[in-house]
Amino acid sequence: MTFGDHLSERVEQVPPSGIRRFFELAEEVDDVISLGVGEPDFSAPWAARTAAIDSLERGKTSYTSNRGMRELREAISERVTRYGQEYDPEDEIIVTTGASEAVDLAFRAFVDQGDVVAIPQPSYISYTPGALFAGGEPLPVPTHAEDEFKLTPEALEAAGADEADVLVLCYPNNPTGAVMTDDELADVAEFVREHDLIVLSDEIYADLRYEDDHASIATHPGMRERTIVFNGFSKAYAMTGLRLGYAMGPPEAIDAMNKVHQYAMLSAPTTAQYAALEALRSCDDAVEEMVSEYDRRRRFVLARFEEMGMDCFEAKGAFYVFPEVPDGDDEAFAEGLLEEQNVALVPGSVFGSGGEGHLRVSYATSMKELRVAMNRIEAYVTGT
Amino acid sequence: MDKRSLLDLLRRDARESVDDIARQLGADAEAVAAALDELEADGVVRGYQAVVDWDRVADEHVRAQVEVDVELDRETGYEEIATRIARFPEVATLRLVSGDYDFFIEVEGESMHDVSNFVSERIAPIPEVTKTVTHFVMDSYKEEGIELGDGDDDDRLSVSP
Ligand SMILES: Cc1ncc(COP(=O)(O)O)c(C=O)c1O
Repeated sequence: MTFGDHLSERVEQVPPSGIRRFFELAEEVDDVISLGVGEPDFSAPWAARTAAIDSLERGKTSYTSNRGMRELREAISERVTRYGQEYDPEDEIIVTTGASEAVDLAFRAFVDQGDVVAIPQPSYISYTPGALFAGGEPLPVPTHAEDEFKLTPEALEAAGADEADVLVLCYPNNPTGAVMTDDELADVAEFVREHDLIVLSDEIYADLRYEDDHASIATHPGMRERTIVFNGFSKAYAMTGLRLGYAMGPPEAIDAMNKVHQYAMLSAPTTAQYAALEALRSCDDAVEEMVSEYDRRRRFVLARFEEMGMDCFEAKGAFYVFPEVPDGDDEAFAEGLLEEQNVALVPGSVFGSGGEGHLRVSYATSMKELRVAMNRIEAYVTGT
Repeated sequence: MDKRSLLDLLRRDARESVDDIARQLGADAEAVAAALDELEADGVVRGYQAVVDWDRVADEHVRAQVEVDVELDRETGYEEIATRIARFPEVATLRLVSGDYDFFIEVEGESMHDVSNFVSERIAPIPEVTKTVTHFVMDSYKEEGIELGDGDDDDRLSVSP
């Protein structure tokens, strides 16, 4: 017997991750400087870390309620008012093991066999597999450099998303760094209402916006009742390893997600919930400092690409920029750069259609390393 | 040119080139150079120094924090006394503080003997000084916002989603 004969079709149909392949290539190179990392280079704010330690000292090692500690849900409810969102901590918020779990719960709770899940591309790599695991049919919706990788009703129309059941949104975006303003979201909201879709809005980079404030589609008329918002602590609070996120939506939706969550996960990690509570209570300054540091690096990287003549739209969110490859072959560029200059980054095609011909450059790396990395990219581009 | 952003950046790393500063602030290099000149001319920026972990330097280097009590009279104020103390090159830092004593001094020298001699022969004899308490620095863990430990390795995966 071999398990190979027993793989479910749902799992088998999903190809291996392109990120994983690049990770393996990069691991073979010594002294690599990586601009391929999708998580902060900071550690979680010390106040949050000490809250986790304190909770362990006090013996807080049991499960929490399925939906997460009441106090934490209250703090989340209070926090998101700054994005114009209002959710009742009682029955409209669920705390999850990373936003990743929340996204998976939503696919399982809202996607039926054969349901069409529209996913704007290039996109964070988990949505398509997540939709497939749930039995859905992913529908790629290409977005374009000339639109600064924003989603437009025209792009939705062109992809046939009017027939879709679910639309996934992710702004600020991984991998492009694109953001959407309130007005731009209004157009998408209109399309969504008209064609009666539900929206899964991954807003995990909400706090990492450099030119304006975060806008959420859930705050548009008629959208709250058809939108699930995901957020979490991984990015803004540099807490990736603590695995804590949350989802917000109408009671019946959160109930359904909680049904899956209570059997699959029971509750999100307790220690991390204490850290998250403290993060919300006292770490605004720490976040602000990280955000200004990212912003300086963002400008630096954009300026350097401009100087070396590589086209790169002005990404305004997350910690990525998405320049164009001079001759269009992103995989060859990324592999050559790694081989010749020991700099790792991720070719855009890994993130789906619309990503090809681009590179995801993460600036979640110290200025010192960024400076060297950009010089090496310049040397590679100019062939010196 | 937003001077506050420029100061924040210099406080993190004063060795950045004008060009790199300009790139990070989205400004042009001439504007940055001019703002720097102005900050220096106005006395906002008084200098640029290395943050040194003296434990890793082979040479003997001793530092002490000295608390100084003074008694003022009609003719002498804090300013006059401070000016007199500040002139000594051994004094690295001098501040007037609230609380149990008046001046906080940081003294640097090549040996404990040097430093205690300096305090007893130069500071204590000043007529207005009524008391000094010298604390030698035994170990330092953080200087100018920089932790002096071995630092944490970047143990993130080199490529991740
Ligand atoms: C867009 C997006 N959503 C979700 C996640 C996962 O977040 P979490 O660590 O909360 O599971 C990531 C992490 O890279 C991300 O980029």
